[in-house]
Amino acid sequence: MSVVDRQEWDVVVVGAGGAGLRAAIEARERGARTAVICKSLFGKAHTVMAEGGIAAAMGNVNSGDNWQVHFRDTMRGGKFLNQWRMAELHAQEAPQRVWELETWGALFDRTKDGRISQRNFGGHEYPRLAHVGDRTGLELIRTLQQKIVSLQQEDHRETGDYESRLKVFQECTVTRILKDGSRVSGVFAYDRETGRFFVLQAPSVVIATGGIGKSFKVTSNSWEYTGDGHALALLAGAPLLNMEFVQFHPTGMVWPPSVKGILVTESVRGDGGVLRNSEGKRFMFDYIPDVFKEKYAQSEDEGDRWYEDPDHNRRPPELLPRDEVARAINAEVKAGRGSPHGGVFLDVSTRMPAEVIRRRLPSMYHQFKELADVDITAEPMEVGPTCHYVMGGIAVESDTAAARGVPGLYAAGEVAGGMHGSNRLGGNSLSDLLVFGRRAGWHAAEYATGLAGGRPVVDDTQIDAASAEALRPFSAEGPAPGEEDGKPPENPYTLHQELQQTMNDLVGIIRREAEMEQALEKLADLRVRARRAGVEGHRQFNPGWHLALDLRNMLLVSECVARAALERTESRGGHTREDHPTMDRDWRRINLICRLTDPTGGLAATDPVRGQIDLTRETTEPVRADLLALFDKEELVKYLTEEELYE
Amino acid sequence: MSSYDAHFKVWRGDAEGGGLEDFKVEVNDGEVVLDIIHRLQATQTPDLAVRWNCKAGKCGSCSAEINGRPRLMCMTRMSVFSREETITVTPLRAFPVVRDLVTDVGFNYTKAREVPAFVPPEKLGPGEYRMMQEDVDRSQEFRKCIECFLCQDTCHVVRDHEENKPAFAGPRFLMRVAELDMHPLDAAGETGLDRKKTAQDEHGLGYCNITKCCTEVCPEGIKITDNALIPLKERAVDRKYDPLVWLGDKILRRGSSG
Amino acid sequence: MATGTEPPATEDPHPSRGGVRTTTRAAIDAPHLRTDRWWLAPAATAAGLLAFIVYSTWRAFADTDYYAAPYVSPFYSPCLAERCEPMRHGPNWEIFGSWWGISPAIIILIFPLGFRLTCYYYRKAYYRGFWASPPACAVAEPHKKYTGETRFPLVLQNIHRYFFYAAIVVAGILTYDTVLAFRDEHYAWGHMGLGTLVFLVNIVLIWAYTLSCHSCRHIVGGKLKHFSKHPVRYKAWQLVGKLNARHMALAWASLVSVALADFYVYLVASGAFDDPRLF
Repeated sequence: MSVVDRQEWDVVVVGAGGAGLRAAIEARERGARTAVICKSLFGKAHTVMAEGGIAAAMGNVNSGDNWQVHFRDTMRGGKFLNQWRMAELHAQEAPQRVWELETWGALFDRTKDGRISQRNFGGHEYPRLAHVGDRTGLELIRTLQQKIVSLQQEDHRETGDYESRLKVFQECTVTRILKDGSRVSGVFAYDRETGRFFVLQAPSVVIATGGIGKSFKVTSNSWEYTGDGHALALLAGAPLLNMEFVQFHPTGMVWPPSVKGILVTESVRGDGGVLRNSEGKRFMFDYIPDVFKEKYAQSEDEGDRWYEDPDHNRRPPELLPRDEVARAINAEVKAGRGSPHGGVFLDVSTRMPAEVIRRRLPSMYHQFKELADVDITAEPMEVGPTCHYVMGGIAVESDTAAARGVPGLYAAGEVAGGMHGSNRLGGNSLSDLLVFGRRAGWHAAEYATGLAGGRPVVDDTQIDAASAEALRPFSAEGPAPGEEDGKPPENPYTLHQELQQTMNDLVGIIRREAEMEQALEKLADLRVRARRAGVEGHRQFNPGWHLALDLRNMLLVSECVARAALERTESRGGHTREDHPTMDRDWRRINLICRLTDPTGGLAATDPVRGQIDLTRETTEPVRADLLALFDKEELVKYLTEEELYE
Repeated sequence: MSSYDAHFKVWRGDAEGGGLEDFKVEVNDGEVVLDIIHRLQATQTPDLAVRWNCKAGKCGSCSAEINGRPRLMCMTRMSVFSREETITVTPLRAFPVVRDLVTDVGFNYTKAREVPAFVPPEKLGPGEYRMMQEDVDRSQEFRKCIECFLCQDTCHVVRDHEENKPAFAGPRFLMRVAELDMHPLDAAGETGLDRKKTAQDEHGLGYCNITKCCTEVCPEGIKITDNALIPLKERAVDRKYDPLVWLGDKILRRGSSG
Repeated sequence: MATGTEPPATEDPHPSRGGVRTTTRAAIDAPHLRTDRWWLAPAATAAGLLAFIVYSTWRAFADTDYYAAPYVSPFYSPCLAERCEPMRHGPNWEIFGSWWGISPAIIILIFPLGFRLTCYYYRKAYYRGFWASPPACAVAEPHKKYTGETRFPLVLQNIHRYFFYAAIVVAGILTYDTVLAFRDEHYAWGHMGLGTLVFLVNIVLIWAYTLSCHSCRHIVGGKLKHFSKHPVRYKAWQLVGKLNARHMALAWASLVSVALADFYVYLVASGAFDDPRLF
């Protein structure tokens, strides 16, 4: 019998960002006793970094907007690879989710008539992003956090205990999902502060852990983004979908080195910022792809007029979807027309008065002033692509957010795949969190409370195995069974740096077959060395230990990304192959599915060819006819094969 | 690009005890204090405990005291110090220490729960809220708060007087009361909750002696004292110390002004 | 750790070492680790306030050299006792009659003094400068107990707005004095001396300081929930807000100017200086 502390809950939510908190609120409101586990302090989740806004077709600024237009934009942005039912639900439900935030106390910027103001963003046909200056993510997190507190206050009035029905376990990390047969039975976690292990038994687990950016060197993501949820799902037997699609945000800071990768919000361009190369040229006009030719301005004059008169002019190409802009910047820098620190110039200083910049982009002003000593009201910023978001993720049912094949497992937010196809539009992330966070919480609660008597049981041997796995870095000095003697323990920080460098250089924004094969070999080598990752000190708040445990997850998802990227021989959205530079309509119907090679969850495989991941192809369901009818035939021809069109 | 070795003193220890330890560590162009702490972790002290997340002054995790001043480590550039200077980094000194630079900030979460939440107006459904920008400006300023708790740390009411913690919510949560009281659609009044009164009676507004350290340390530049605490004090005066206002309200039967 | 379920800190076994040296906190002996000259600001504040207190006490009790036609010292205006020097058209109303035996400045000074004493800026200044509560941010204060403004007498700070109303009246009277200063020493209108300029500068600063008051900001509009329904008060609130941002600067400037105005009158009245006539 294991001695770890155990608690019984109905729903356990892993992750306390937008999706996790929204799921927890929904589950609790539907009567499930809900626990939230997060790695950081409550309210610090990476969602706070989202700046631009929440995309929702409320039509407050341009009444021409509606969910169909939003759906269309989302599909175009994702190059039609989106799980279309998710895109449909997302476009339909986003306005409700935003309005609901207001009833919980959110204060968005307003229109003249007192409604929620909406701003323009890349890939969105109409001004659509509900926002609060450039700190929308903070507003979202704070609102959800305060809603949770208000539910706890309700419970306190009724039961005398704030945490009787909804509890946040902050600064705790889940290392394993426990199972009873095929069903979820709970999670195994440790408290970062004390290092103590504990188990939360629950029939439903919602994974909402965000992304994988920390596997890359230049990233806008924080330390938390180590692909935990992706790895937990894999280890629990659930498949991952289309992991090759990684979004590189076109504008991250490039200098100073310590902040390289930190995001520069797309609102800078939405509000009038322009991209220039070292020759002072607005180069984006040279990079408008054919599929977007009719939708974007062909001259600087027209682009400039659009800010004032969007009905009679086309938008400037700075507002193309992120993948296009990122590739363009990459190409300019490669061609030797980059800025001194290897980026390009993003300029608002010549486009807006200083006072307007400070009002509309306060945190950008602040960020550059404080971190780079650059006054964006007087000089241009230097920006370059940064790893920002993974479109791939846990394969889920569109309506219920249930992970495929594992009853009781749900996923929402960045960790779930499908919704954004091959490329996510700015602003669609926050709305995704809310729409599918709610759906995940709803169905997780329904499943948990609907289990009549047959709650799954936690298996002690799984707990013991999880404990042993988590404690391994402390005994890394001694040789593990079956390994040769004499090798010193590896420094987890060094391993992490090597992994980041590998992914950045070999599976980065532009990909080549040989490099990805090389990456797989390097990953196999790192996997072997990671087994010897050792740490000093004790279990109490020990960051070296935490990193050693996170390495397992990063290595797993990195392999998924590399394998899927090697397999997909076309360029689409967040996946660009130099050796296959065009989009291939035949690939549109193909999803790449990653599964753990060893379905028992073992991690023994160290062979670079075989690796830990099995990759399979899957043909997607055809898009429903009434949704296809929302597009012009001429447009569909660019994406769909003849036979699909014929049907 | 130039680099040099800086002299750091970092507090290491836990609730049982500890002290300042000396380190020599490399510093490069454009770095901030948090980068140096990370370099220490990667090269000299892999188990040095520190909280951090966004590294861009947006999440408020990496709060510490640098040369005795409460600051965010990610927003303190090394260039503000001379190369000869010894840089001392300690955990927040108003809260119980957990380990190294990590403190137990549970006090703040307890206080957060004690402030009654936003009360939605009964008659308005989702999507029917209408608020003018000028009416939300004030509360929006307070909602810029990233909850780094530097104001809570520097406030002498609790920093220097542990015994005041139960009675005093601290600047961050008094500001939250102000935010809700200024929210154009908060319907707390209709449920019998008078935030102006409870600010003083339940959240300890009277302890604040407006010495403005909260404003001084706020990394978001929120004018906590001038825009939240003092207006809240004035609102409390309306309720509790101003017979004229009281009389006026009685006669005009105004629940809440404006 | 769960959010906020930690048991409250157990009783401190070393009550003498409270504050930042409470045993649960990081073990650091120094009361603060600031390396900058943090003591400069409170020291300068204390020195400045002290200088004014010394000067104003001397002048308030002096009971002499406060009127030199057409100028009346702002310390002695309005002059409300029979013993006041006669000032033609001046604000000397003998409300207090002949029984008032000491300097008439004492009657009136209570109002501006009370206004400044309860002012949100001066409170900060003297709490920090004189009472070291706290001396500077993150510098431990020397007091064992602290109850702030929750008890008598400091709870009286809440009557600041009444002093503000009084200060409006006083500023009105000083404005009247300034108008009277547009006469020459024979009470002929349409003249100006250097003293008139001193009075003008002073009255502008007095008004700016008075209107920049936090209570004023609250009264004109800050108390409203919906600015959009009160556009005029919203404008007024914004205007006062702009002044309010400079409350500290105005507090010091007006403190210096009022002392200078008084000193100018003293110099002229005592004959040490002849008021240069401009026209």
